[in-house]
Amino acid sequence: MNRLKGIPGGNSGNQNAGDGSNRIIITVIGPDRVGIIAAVSNLLADNNINILDISQTIMQEFFVMVLVADMEKAAVDLVSLKDLLHGKGEELQVRIDAQHEDVFNYMHRI
Amino acid sequence: MLTTEEILETIKMVQEENLDIRTITMGISLRDCADSDPRAACRKIYAKICRQASKLVQTGDEIAREYGLPIVNKRISVTPIALVAEGSSLEDYLEYARALDRAAEAVGVNFIGGFSALVHKGFTGGDRVLIESIPGALSSTERVCASVNVATSRAGINMDAINLCSRVIKETAELTAEADSVGCAKIVVFANVPEDNPFMAGAFHGVGEPDCVINTGVSGPGVVKSAINRAGDVDLGTLSETVKKIAFKITRMGELVGRTAARRLGVPFGIVDLSLAPTPAVGDSVAEIIEEMGLERCGAPGSTAALALLNDAVKKGGAMASSYVGGLSGAFIPVSEDAGMITSVTDGALTLEKLEAMTAVCSVGLDMVAVPGDTPAETIAAIIADEAAIGVFNHKTTAVRIIPAAGKKVGDQVEFGGLLGQAPVMAVNSFKAEKFVQRGGRIPAPIHSLRN
Repeated sequence: MNRLKGIPGGNSGNQNAGDGSNRIIITVIGPDRVGIIAAVSNLLADNNINILDISQTIMQEFFVMVLVADMEKAAVDLVSLKDLLHGKGEELQVRIDAQHEDVFNYMHRI
Repeated sequence: MLTTEEILETIKMVQEENLDIRTITMGISLRDCADSDPRAACRKIYAKICRQASKLVQTGDEIAREYGLPIVNKRISVTPIALVAEGSSLEDYLEYARALDRAAEAVGVNFIGGFSALVHKGFTGGDRVLIESIPGALSSTERVCASVNVATSRAGINMDAINLCSRVIKETAELTAEADSVGCAKIVVFANVPEDNPFMAGAFHGVGEPDCVINTGVSGPGVVKSAINRAGDVDLGTLSETVKKIAFKITRMGELVGRTAARRLGVPFGIVDLSLAPTPAVGDSVAEIIEEMGLERCGAPGSTAALALLNDAVKKGGAMASSYVGGLSGAFIPVSEDAGMITSVTDGALTLEKLEAMTAVCSVGLDMVAVPGDTPAETIAAIIADEAAIGVFNHKTTAVRIIPAAGKKVGDQVEFGGLLGQAPVMAVNSFKAEKFVQRGGRIPAPIHSLRN
């Protein structure tokens, strides 16, 4: 099991979810190829988004990367970032999503 | 620490198994809009809805994008209009329905619920005017939904109200005949109605509610079906555990979205309705969950037991996931809105009588059922009375949303489109109930001891 260090987890009792933290989870799923990590990390760096943790694995024949990032000082908001990542994903022929970390904490941690 | 597997599980639920937030519903009290001048009252109603809900759709869309969770509907429920309109001595309340419709259009929601009356023990003048206005209201507006509570476990069953409602349903079917009697899809007749239900068409903003509130309804039959499939060949206790765990996860999403929406809109968070609400999309069906449990078709012998297990496990898992659970909470079994239910009816596996038995253990009742257009009003009243009896005597919410599709016969199809779906016209027992329902009056409330 890959455990991601960037996420404390277990804060799902926090009733102010959503606006408290600026951490997001970016997932990349698709056929493996050269330059996926470089492309995504460059895009994040260009927008002043700090990568806290990266985990990657190959599941069946698919490349799966999960990336925890901090948007504290980001130059864009999450909605715009999603559009940028989505565009990059089309270029690389992989699926890239970005979601606020609370979605995962709320679902998987009591 | 979260694991990659957990993150991928969430993403799979949304992308492949149709996990979504079915609705964010803003409840708005209109009690401060009552006025003896109906035009003034309608002006106040329009202004208040537009003020409170101006950012509802935008906020819902923003949250959906940030969390990567589809939020299918943004809707509004209001104080039962019978209470608000009663002070204006009008012959009908169509003006009020139109004000609601205009306000809903202005803020961009597709349905607004609350053209409603609570008459479980009897009618006031306003209640009667409202119910009689339903056919006109639903045939002349697009977004307005109506509901009537005709029975409670404390008051018994108001047969006079049921008789009036059945005539109203017939009349609405005739007035909207050219659209397959779609008006009837927007009338719900309840027993033990909850006052904080976020789901249409039965949503209204109850009298014990605050001025404005956000309630959410979750969904996710596809997620439950996949979980059961993955669980494989396990016994029923383990199956129930599987459903509980997945229901917990689904409900957490409703809690997160509801709290976030409430905070951003600056109104209190009400409840999560932890329902499994199907849509006509393949793989988003409650009937398919029942089939995944091991029944050849939904409606086969065993379906009531399977649904009871499902409904209870959804409640057990969901109740722990949210601080405030309410609304209808459980598994919905509408016919036209569920591809698996439609197939079951078409294949002859599911009859109206079996569906009625299943409503004793589902979250609501006979829902989105199309019957022949020539079904007598008295028979519809008797069907409603049966359903109310199941609710009143078992202390649960039940409801009837029945469409006596004008000009249609058994085997014909009715098409409503969108989330309302399509339904095969089902056969109704043709023996008469006229003499029973025409006795009128009230069936007394049940005894609360000697329970057998």
